[in-house]
Parts: sequence; C-alpha cells; structure tokens
Amino acid sequence: MAADKAIRKFGHPGKGRRGGRYEGKGRQVEPAALSEIQTMLGDRPRRRDLLIEHLHLIQDSAGHLSARHLAALAGEMKLSLAEVYEVATFYAHFDVVADGDSAPPPLTIRVCDSLSCEMHGAEALYDNLTERLDSGEVRIVRAPCMGRCECAPVAEVGHRHIVNATPEAVLNAVEGGQTEPSIPPYVEFDEYEKNGGYHILRACLSGERDIEDIISAMEASGLRGLGGAGFPTGRKWRFVRAEPGPRLLAVNGDEGEPGTFKDRYYMERDPHRFLEGMLIAARAVEAEECFIYLRDEYPGLHHVLAKEIAKLGAAGLSEGTKITLRRGAGAYICGEESAMLESLEGKRGEPRHKPPFPSQVGLFGRPTLINNVETLYWVRDIIERGGEWFSSEGRNGGKGLRSYSVSGRVREPGVKLAPAGITVKELIEEYCGGMADGHEFKAYLPGGASGGILPAAKGDIPLDFGTLEDEGCFIGSAAVIVLSDHDNMRDAALNLMRFFEYESCGQCTPCRAGTEKAVKLMSAADWDQPLLKELSQTMLDASICGLGQAAPNPLLTVLKHFPGDLT
Amino acid sequence: MSNKIKFTLDGQTLEASAGDTIWQCAERAGIEIPHLCYSKAPDYRADGNCRVCMVEIEGERVLAASCIREPSDGMVVNSANQRATTARKMVMELLVADQPAREGSHDPNSELWHWAEQMGQTESRFPARRTPAADNSHTAMAVNLDACIHCTRCVRACREVQVNDVIGMAGRGAGNKIVFDFDDAMGQSSCVACGECVQACPTGALMPAGGAGKIQADKQVDSVCPYCGVGCQLTFNVKDNKIVSVEGRDGPSNSERLCVKGRFGFDYINHSHRLTKPLIRRDDAPAKNADMDLDPANPLTHFREASWEEALDFAAAGLKQIRDEADGKALAGFGSAKGSNEEAYLFQKIVRAGFGSNNIDHCTRLCHASSVAALLETIGSGAVTASFNEARNSDVIIVIGAHPTSNHPVAATFLKNAVKRGAKLIIIDPRGSSLSRFATHFLQFKPGRDVALLNALMHVIVAEELYDEQYVQAHTEGFEQLRDHLKDFSPEEMAPICGIEPDVLRQVARLYAGAEAAIIFWGMGISQHIHGTDNARCLISLALMSGQVGRPGSGLHPLRGQNNVQGASDAGLIPMFYPDYQSVSDPAKQSKFEKLWGGSLDPERGLTVVEIMDAVHDGDIRGMYIMGENPAMSDPNAHHVREAFAKLDHLVVQEIFLTETAFFADVVLPATAWPEKDGTVTNSNRQIQMGRQAVDAPDGVMPDWWIIQEIARRIGLDWNYDHPSDVFAEMKQCMDSLNNISWPRLERESAVTYPCDGEDLPGNDVLFADGFPTPSRRGKFVPASIIAPDEMPDAEYPMVLSTGRQLEHWHTGAMTRRSQTLDDLEPEAVAHLAPLEMDRLGIRPGDDIEVATRRGRIALKARADTGIPKGVVFVPFCYAEAAANMLTNPALDPFGKIPEFKFCAAKVEKAASAAAE
Repeated sequence: MAADKAIRKFGHPGKGRRGGRYEGKGRQVEPAALSEIQTMLGDRPRRRDLLIEHLHLIQDSAGHLSARHLAALAGEMKLSLAEVYEVATFYAHFDVVADGDSAPPPLTIRVCDSLSCEMHGAEALYDNLTERLDSGEVRIVRAPCMGRCECAPVAEVGHRHIVNATPEAVLNAVEGGQTEPSIPPYVEFDEYEKNGGYHILRACLSGERDIEDIISAMEASGLRGLGGAGFPTGRKWRFVRAEPGPRLLAVNGDEGEPGTFKDRYYMERDPHRFLEGMLIAARAVEAEECFIYLRDEYPGLHHVLAKEIAKLGAAGLSEGTKITLRRGAGAYICGEESAMLESLEGKRGEPRHKPPFPSQVGLFGRPTLINNVETLYWVRDIIERGGEWFSSEGRNGGKGLRSYSVSGRVREPGVKLAPAGITVKELIEEYCGGMADGHEFKAYLPGGASGGILPAAKGDIPLDFGTLEDEGCFIGSAAVIVLSDHDNMRDAALNLMRFFEYESCGQCTPCRAGTEKAVKLMSAADWDQPLLKELSQTMLDASICGLGQAAPNPLLTVLKHFPGDLT
Repeated sequence: MSNKIKFTLDGQTLEASAGDTIWQCAERAGIEIPHLCYSKAPDYRADGNCRVCMVEIEGERVLAASCIREPSDGMVVNSANQRATTARKMVMELLVADQPAREGSHDPNSELWHWAEQMGQTESRFPARRTPAADNSHTAMAVNLDACIHCTRCVRACREVQVNDVIGMAGRGAGNKIVFDFDDAMGQSSCVACGECVQACPTGALMPAGGAGKIQADKQVDSVCPYCGVGCQLTFNVKDNKIVSVEGRDGPSNSERLCVKGRFGFDYINHSHRLTKPLIRRDDAPAKNADMDLDPANPLTHFREASWEEALDFAAAGLKQIRDEADGKALAGFGSAKGSNEEAYLFQKIVRAGFGSNNIDHCTRLCHASSVAALLETIGSGAVTASFNEARNSDVIIVIGAHPTSNHPVAATFLKNAVKRGAKLIIIDPRGSSLSRFATHFLQFKPGRDVALLNALMHVIVAEELYDEQYVQAHTEGFEQLRDHLKDFSPEEMAPICGIEPDVLRQVARLYAGAEAAIIFWGMGISQHIHGTDNARCLISLALMSGQVGRPGSGLHPLRGQNNVQGASDAGLIPMFYPDYQSVSDPAKQSKFEKLWGGSLDPERGLTVVEIMDAVHDGDIRGMYIMGENPAMSDPNAHHVREAFAKLDHLVVQEIFLTETAFFADVVLPATAWPEKDGTVTNSNRQIQMGRQAVDAPDGVMPDWWIIQEIARRIGLDWNYDHPSDVFAEMKQCMDSLNNISWPRLERESAVTYPCDGEDLPGNDVLFADGFPTPSRRGKFVPASIIAPDEMPDAEYPMVLSTGRQLEHWHTGAMTRRSQTLDDLEPEAVAHLAPLEMDRLGIRPGDDIEVATRRGRIALKARADTGIPKGVVFVPFCYAEAAANMLTNPALDPFGKIPEFKFCAAKVEKAASAAAE
C-alpha cells in the first residue's frame, strides 16, 4: 500500500503558554542513584518500618542524604517522595541535601548545649572550635543533651564522644581520626551467665518458673516505670498480658531527657542484666518480638547490644522471641512512648492520641508492653531477691531504689543509686561529695528539663513520684541538675525553653507555636510575664503530649521562685 | 441500639454510638465547638492537632480534643467553661499571630477567620513567625504558607483521601512545613492537581490560582462532571454567569473528590473559539480534502454565518434529500457519549424514526463495544455488576488493561484507599503507571497477549481445583467445555508467550480464586484489540469460575470511558439495539417501538462506526449527522476517516467548537456545553445523575435537544418536547431500567442507581447475587483461543504503537486543550518511550521525533516514561498536530467491531531536523 508518509502538521486548539514536560511528573529516579541504593541496602527487606534504618545506612555511608539517593530510596521501598522526605527531615541526625546544595563537610562535631554542658562552658567550647577548625573540613553544630552530663561539657566527633571536653581533646580526636565510638569494658555474656545470669529466664522458658509468680513478684516490689511516668510495672505487665495476642514488647532506650544518663550507665556496664529483664518481660506478656529503641547518641552501646543480642540466639535464650535493635536518629520526642512507636514504624516521631493506650493498640496496632531500660534492668534482682527486697528500700516515705542522674555544680556527679524519697540536699551531701568548690547551692532541677526548677530553700522535699507535683514539678527520670550562685535562672529557663522549641515535634499548636512564641518572649529584655503565664496554662492544658504539657514547668517555676533573676 | 452510651455535655445528657466523637455528639445536640484541623468531609480522619476544639473532661488532668475523643459511659464533659474556652482562645491567638492580615488575605472568608471571629480572637499579642515565601509555580493552585496553620488537612487530603502522596509535613517543631515531594515547587512536583488540598484547606494557604478565594460566588449549582465515566458530583460556584471555581460534592461515586479536569477544566466554555452562530459552508469554499486544516478561531474562511432558521432548513433538507433519493441506509448518525441521556435518546430516535435506518453509533464502539458484547453474551447484561466503590469491600482487586489514575482518577482513589485498608492489588498491564507502586503483583506482560495470560490463570485455578464448585454448579453453564479447552494453557506453556513467569501466574491465580471477595476492573487495554471480546470473555470466565460475582466486594467492572457512555448505550445509541438493549431484529421489540414512535422501523441492524466510514468510501452512505463527536481525531486510521468525510454529500455537525470533524461539515450548528444545560447522565456505576444548568449559554447557542427536535420536525417527525424532562418521561415508557427512577426523584436525590426496586429504595449497587438475566439464568463460559494482534512488528516497523489518554486531556482534546489550566499542564504532543529505548534510539527527552506506521507519520516530542516497556511507543490521541489516529490500525474485533487501538507495528525515528543538529 502506498501510504502517504509525508507529515502534515496540523494546527491545534491549545495555546501552549507553558513549556512541555519530557519526563514523568516530579523528580525521577536516577538509574545510577538507584543502583547505589540497591547496593547499600543489599538484601535487607524494603519494609516501611525500616525506613529510618535505611536512612541511617545512607547517612553513614554517604555522609548525608542527597535528594537523588532519597528519590531512589523511595522508589526502591515503594514509598512516595513525601513519605521519605518528611521522615528524613524530622530527625536531627539526618542531613538532607537538596539538589544544588553542597553536602556537609566529611566530619561533624556536635557540641552539647543542654543545661549541664552549658554550665560547664559548652558555649566557649563551641566558639573556640568554630574559630580553630576549617569549616570546609569540619562542621560544628550545637546539639541537645548527649546523656553524659556527669562529664560535661561533651562533644561528639563523628561518633566518638569526648567527655569533659576541652578544645584540645576535641582537636586531638579530629587530627587522630578518632571518630568511632569508644567502648568501655562491660560484663559480657559468658561472665554474666557464669555469675548466675539467665537462670531465671531459663527457668521461665522451661516452665519451671510460673509466669504468675514472676508478675506477682514485680507487683510486690512496687517497681514503677523508671522512664519517668512511674506506672507500676507489674500491673502494666498484667494489663498487656490480658490483651488479645499477638503482642509485642518495645523497650524505650531513647533516654533523652536532659540530665538523664542512667540507662546508658547500666547498659554500658551490664547489658545482659537489662536483656534478661527484657526477655523475662517478653515471656510474661508472651510478646512475639522485642524492639529495643536505642537513641542514636549511644553509638557504642549499639555495637555492644548488637553483639550481645546475637549471643542470646546461639544460647537458645530468645526462642520464640525475636529481638530487634533499632536506632533513633536524634529526636527527644521519641522518648515519648507513642512517638517511639511511630518511629519504630519508620515514621515521624509524632505522639499519638490517648486513648487508646499502647497496651491496647501499640506497635503496628498490636497490644504492646513498653518498658524503660532501667525498669527492665531491675527485673532479675527483684525476682532473685524477692519483691520485698526492692520495696523495703526508701527514705522519707519513698519506696524502693532510684538511680538519680546527678549533674551540675556538685563535686562528684554521676548515677547515684539511692533510696527513693531522698531529698536533694541529702543526695548532694551523702552521694555527691557536696557542692563543687566555690559554688553555693542555689537551685535544682528534680526531673530534667521538664520537671521544673526549685530553689535551694525547697531542697528538703523527698524526690519521688508524686511528691513534687504540688510545686509544679515532678521527678520524671530522676535527672537532678544542681545549680549554684554562678547560674542565672533566667538563662537556665531560656536554655530549657529553647530545647523544647527545638525538640517539639510540631504536631499541636500549643507546643509548636507555644514554645516558639515563648522563646521569642523570653528572649526579650523584659518578659511579658502575664502573657507567658497565660500561654503556659494553655500549653499545660491543651498540648497533646508530655513535652508540650511540661515545657512551661521551668518557666513557671522560675517566674515563681526567682523573680530576682528576671530583672 | 443497645451499645449506645450516655454522657453529659454542658449539663445535657447525650447518647453516643461506638465511634462517635464528643464533637459529633455536640454538633447533633446543637452545641457548636470550633474546629480547624477536623473536617466534616467524608473520609477525613480526625487528627486532633490544632487544639481549637478542646473540652474539659472531669477527672482528667488535661483537656481533650473533642474532635478525636470518644465519650465513655458516664463521662462528664464541659465545652463551655472557663478552662476550655480560655485554652481554645489562646490556641486561636497563637494561630492568628502568624496569619497575614485578614483584609487582603488569600481567603478572608476562610474557616479560620470564621472561627476567629466567632471566638472574638481576631487579634494576637504574640510576635509573628518568619513568613514563608509564596509558591505560584503551579498553574492551577497558589501556595501561600504564610497562612498555613499546620493542621495537615491537605496532607490527609493528598495522602489518605486521594492517595496521590505528594504532600508531606516535613521538618520538625516550629520549622514544620507543608512540602510537595522534596520541598519542591508545587508546579515542579509530582502533583496531579486534583485540588483536594485546596478543597480541604481551612485557611487559604492552598487556593485555586488567581485569587479565587477573594471572589464571592453569587450562586452555587449542583451538577455532575462532564469528563469521565466516574461521574463525580460537583458544585459550580458562579459569579456573573461565569464559573469561578468548582468543588466536589458528596456524590455516590466521588465522596466530594474531583480530579484536575473536574476541578480546573471548565473555562473551555468561555473560550474564544466557541461557536455562537450557525455556519453554512460557503459555495466558494475550497473543495474538501482529507488534509484540510481550518482555523477554529476563524471559520469564515470556509463558512458563512446563517440564521438558525436557514441553517436548520439547510441541515434538514440535505438529509431529507438523500433519504428520499436513496433510502434511509444512505444516512448515518453519530451521537455522543458526552451529551445527556435525553439527547442520546432523541438522537437515536431521529436516526431510526426519521432517517429510517439503524445506522446509529457512537464512541462506545471505540471503547467498550467488545466488553459489552462479551458481557451480553455471557451474563446477559452489558453494564458493570458492581460499582467501583465496592472495592472497599474487596480483599483482592485486579486492574487489567486500565490506567485509572489517568483515565478514572477519582475511581483510582477508592482503589488506593482499599489498598491502604489492606486489600491486595494485582495490576496486569504492559504499561506501568503511578498505581503500580500500590500493587502487590504487577504483571507487565507482553502487549496483546491477554488471552494467553488469562487462560493460564484459569488453567491454574482448574488444575489446582481452586474454582468455586458450588457456584459453578448453581450459576453457570459450559464449564466442562472450558475446562477441556484450558488444558493447553499451562503457565509453563503460556509464560514464553505472555512474558510472565509461571510462578507469578500461579500466585496470582491462587490469590484471586482464594479471595473472600475479588473484583476485576478493566479498561481499553482489554477491549481495544481484535481479540477484545475474547479478552473480556476470559475475565468473565475467571470471575464466574471463582464465584467472584454477585457479592459485596466482588464483580466485573469495565471502567466506562465517557461521562455518559453507559447512558448513551442504554438509550439506544448503538446500531443493533433500541433503548435498553432491545434488539432491533426482534419483531416484537420493533413493533413496540413503532407503536411508541409512530412509524415503521428498519428491522436490520445498522452499521458500526468503522463500518460506516467504509460505507462512505463505498458510496453507500452519503449523508451524516454528527452530534458532539470528533471521529476525525478519535477513529482509527484518521486519514481514511477524513477522506470519507470529504466524500460525503451532506454533513451536519452539531458542536460547541469547530472540531477537526466540523472542518468537513456542510452546516455547523452551535450547541450548548454541559454546564449550560439540564439533563441526566449515567456513569460507570449505573448511577443516573442529574446535571443542572449553571450558566446561561452564549447568545446564539441553542440546547442540543432543541436542535435535534428542530431537524426532526423538518424531516417529517411531529415532536413536541418542551424540556429534557419530557424526553425522560418518554424514555421511561420503553426502558425498564428506569423503573422507580423519575425525573422528580433525580432532581431530589441527584443520583439513583439502576436497577432500582422501589421508589423509596436505593438502587442495586451489586447485581446478580442469584443468577443472571440470561434465558437459562446462568452465566455462560465462552472459551477463547490465542489470536495474534492484526499487525505484528517486523523489520520495517519493529515497535508496537499503543494509544490512549492522559490525565489532563479528555479524548480528542476539543474541550481540554481549550482549558487554560489543562493546556498549561500538557501543552504539546508527546510520545512516551522507555528510557532504555530512548538510549537505544539516541533520543533525549524533549527531542523532536517522528512516529510512523503503514498508515501515516506524525511528528512530536519524546517523553521518557519509566512505565513504558521496551519496544513500545505510547501516543495520546488528543493532539491534533500529531494525531495518533493517523497511525492506528482499523482492524476490527469480529464481535464488538472495535478497532485495535492498542497494537500496531510502528517505528520511531529522531526527526530529520533534530538528527541533523
């Protein structure tokens, strides 16, 4: 057939005001980037809940998250671009680099600027390092609490934490290329087992020990959640156990409350005591899988736990219970239990509404037991020694033992295992060697950044759950920061409000806008005190989670107790 | 009932059912609680983030968001006390602090300002945040995040309702920011411009472009979208007889959702090309030829303006003359699936009763004729057995040969919702799309090998005895014959033919047959083949043997293309059937209609679309009346079609624009556009919906029904309709499908599904729970064998050409290319190619290329599309400057008479000019 092959170019009714499009809508996946991502991911599953883990892989290997890698990751994980981007930009430890923007320098130094470190010269350290290091080679950023407040100030070079940091120590690490975490010696599996470890767990696994006895012992001990909420542990186990299966266990190892470092302290020394507690709890609620959410500020511990968890399988101790270790990515809010669940699901760490509570609808929608690391750390001892051993401890009406993370202006800061109910004055004198030289006790934070600030005059209140609420304070994770006559309360309150502003997830108005407006008002020469009080009330009343509800505590207590510092 | 609980709100005792929130109970009790992040629109989850709806619950430490909190028995709630109102006011004050001033804001009448005013909190004592810059990169929507309150309604709109997954909330805390993809400009993002976010935004941060928020409409008119077969209900906001914006309405098929065309594609009615005066071809016009190219802005090069009287007389006289000289078979009519049911009915009636033949057809021939043929043959009904919304009840969904994200965008949203709920989606298509990401199995098989693939699936179901024996026994016939036939179609034997691994075929077969409720959606990838009827037969057999028909969440759903292709077919706009598929060759039916219409009717079935064109070439058909169709663009081998039009003695075209078909007209009659008229339309779901006139037609333009009637009167028919409702009343006399569905009821309810069992009962969403409307009451298995496509690739034409639509353009582009927004989004002709194929051909995105087949050659730009397999070129057929149908093969399916638009041999070359560079 003699078809006419000449092209007859017809007119058309379009205006063609805008240029054409010669690819699919939006950014396209670069084949080279895709193959790089496929190599990085290897045969790891592409499940959505692993998004944050995969982002870590890219951040660790490429030093940042380029747009081309993120687009490729989205394609590879069958996620939308927005789903990947909103998660990547939520977490402080991910450096998302837009097209055309320059990647951060190969090395990042984070200088902690939370209260204890600030009191110990973090600002000067930051300035000094900024002056001395080439910004093209090294990036220096401020970062929130790194959980090493007893050794303030702290800086992190790559993944190596420099405690009691001086500019010289940091520079030495930079020059020596010491960027990997240092791992102090700890009780390894064999040693732990040799000294009686895992006997109880084995007895539970074999059925020799009745789960009911275990839960009863926990109830009798009076142990309460040591992450800060103080919910009776035994009762929580019983609740979750009563929910329909399949059930899960999530360990909150996102110890981010400024001033708190007890979980790190215990895990660094005796990780199996915690792991045994976790597996007993898993047994108690018949959890199919344990998720350990470990904050990314503890990279050394991540190595330790990964290594030691692997031994549990080999020893037949984790049969029927899968153990999954997950890394946080620099978000204080993920210490809030429901935000942690979101993060474990690979999402932005935005707290959920309650009810329903995680014990009913938790991780992946399943009934989930959530316990703090230290809570689980005490399980073995309580069961071995009996619930009464624990409950018989205490002072000033308090019950049990408490690990106070003490930092600030004391001579011997550190984790102090002391009777619950001890007062701050007793704690300083009996456990911390008194105040640091040249410092006079002026004020203290009984429960980290969110627990409020009390004057020395209120130093005789027992430090326990429920004893500080009348003062607008709480003990929380028992992070006691001691301030002295060298410290200005106005500066302390602003430091803490800035922390909350930085860490607010931004989900609800009172917290997102409230912390932002509060910082603005508190940065002014004169504070609009009536407005700050009104704002605080709404933050307390109307925020979704504890972050926003507690954020005004330091502000309100400073307004109340330290008017002299405000003028 | 018994599970209701009681609680106290502001001293009143209220009842609540499971799932009710405090806010919803309060609203029922007439207690108004402010809300911003919570939307009452269907399918919007409460998120409880803005905190302007806080209430106090006695005994609780903090306040609760009433929009998300469910009351419990005995709960005491205070919404009006000091603590709750103070908190709400403070939250509003925080939000207002960061808003642009109300006067001059993007939407001074936004929900935010409404509530701020209600609460007496339009001022703020707080310092403002840094203002994000405006993003005006998108042609249809303006992004002004200075008004954003982070309520995430747009995120839910984009991610949970429409599931287009473009919008995210990035960053953290006060640095939170609504982003498109990677914080890309909206216009450069993957946004498909459905506008759901604009509809959801309570502040004006997301608005239609051009300051639509500042215009107060003077009337709102509820109607239906005129584009695709989804049939979305919508509301036109009209000011000064112009449509200023469009909102989705809660119709049964769309739940307030719209797509880019339905929301932003209505300015075509005001385009300067609108025909407003009847035109008669000038005596001195150049002779007609297939290559004619007129300027639609200036028809007077070939036409002269005429009065309606003269034009109608001229139109009718030409038709009458041919009828009287030859006979009625020398005339043919093409009606339109874009018009109303009443117009379709009148059009087929004028052809049958006035011209005296059954030479009446329309574009259904080009879309689902083969599907309808197979459905009528096997289950006795050509329409869908279940609405696409039934996907909500499905646990397995098959989408085969369809691209609903482009062609039925709102239907696609319900499929994506189902996937999010946990349903498994199986996509079977040579061409990938944005829906592929949601699929558990994406079978990217070889073009044209549907029967091989589907027979292999059925082979597995039979071999592994996964079929529903009880159902097969009770409701089908011919199973043994099919079973024997399928023996030769093992996955191993079919895998090399269809290109899908045997294991995958097995998995999919098991998944489908084992589903509690599975539904099959198909489109023109199934129907537009010479084996289109066989393809559909296979799908029907697959469903019948698995017992996947007749229950909620199960069924067969050919996604109908045009807004009224179902209704036009139902109304008899097809050559073999009177209205309601009553056969023209059935003497009883013939006499029934002769009685109703008064006059004798032709007992012989008429010619179909492509057959009519051949008959014109053969000189058998000499005159045509075409209403609202554009075959010069839409029919295969368009050059051949245009040659036919050039040969006609008399062509009457009734149109809103001077289309490529109208170029050949002897008389052009300017008609109304959809928003200018009343009438009903029937969507893919069998939902008959009321379209209402929103604006007055331009001066000089007449309603379609009136034009048809005027011609009818002039060729000897005594018609006296005063309004489309009169026509509908007559249709009810001959169409049982309209039982219990009256015009007043449609006016009242806006939509009724047919068939409907009672005046006060809803229609039947799911059909055939208990047998089929066949003589045996059983569904019939019709085995199908493999037939190769008509024109296989060879050395000269080594590639496969497939054609179809794009999201932004409708059909031949006559309407959408005249919509500024849609034209901005897709302004020029492109051919989609696999990036790998482009590398092989040395073509870069945006290069000028030429696509040629044995029938023609077109020049256009290359677009890289990762969904396209190697060896295939896809060309949308909406572009007049590079009309894909100049290339397509008119070979027909023997049963449905549908051409093979989806497969012909082609070659792709870099354009001579580009190659020289």
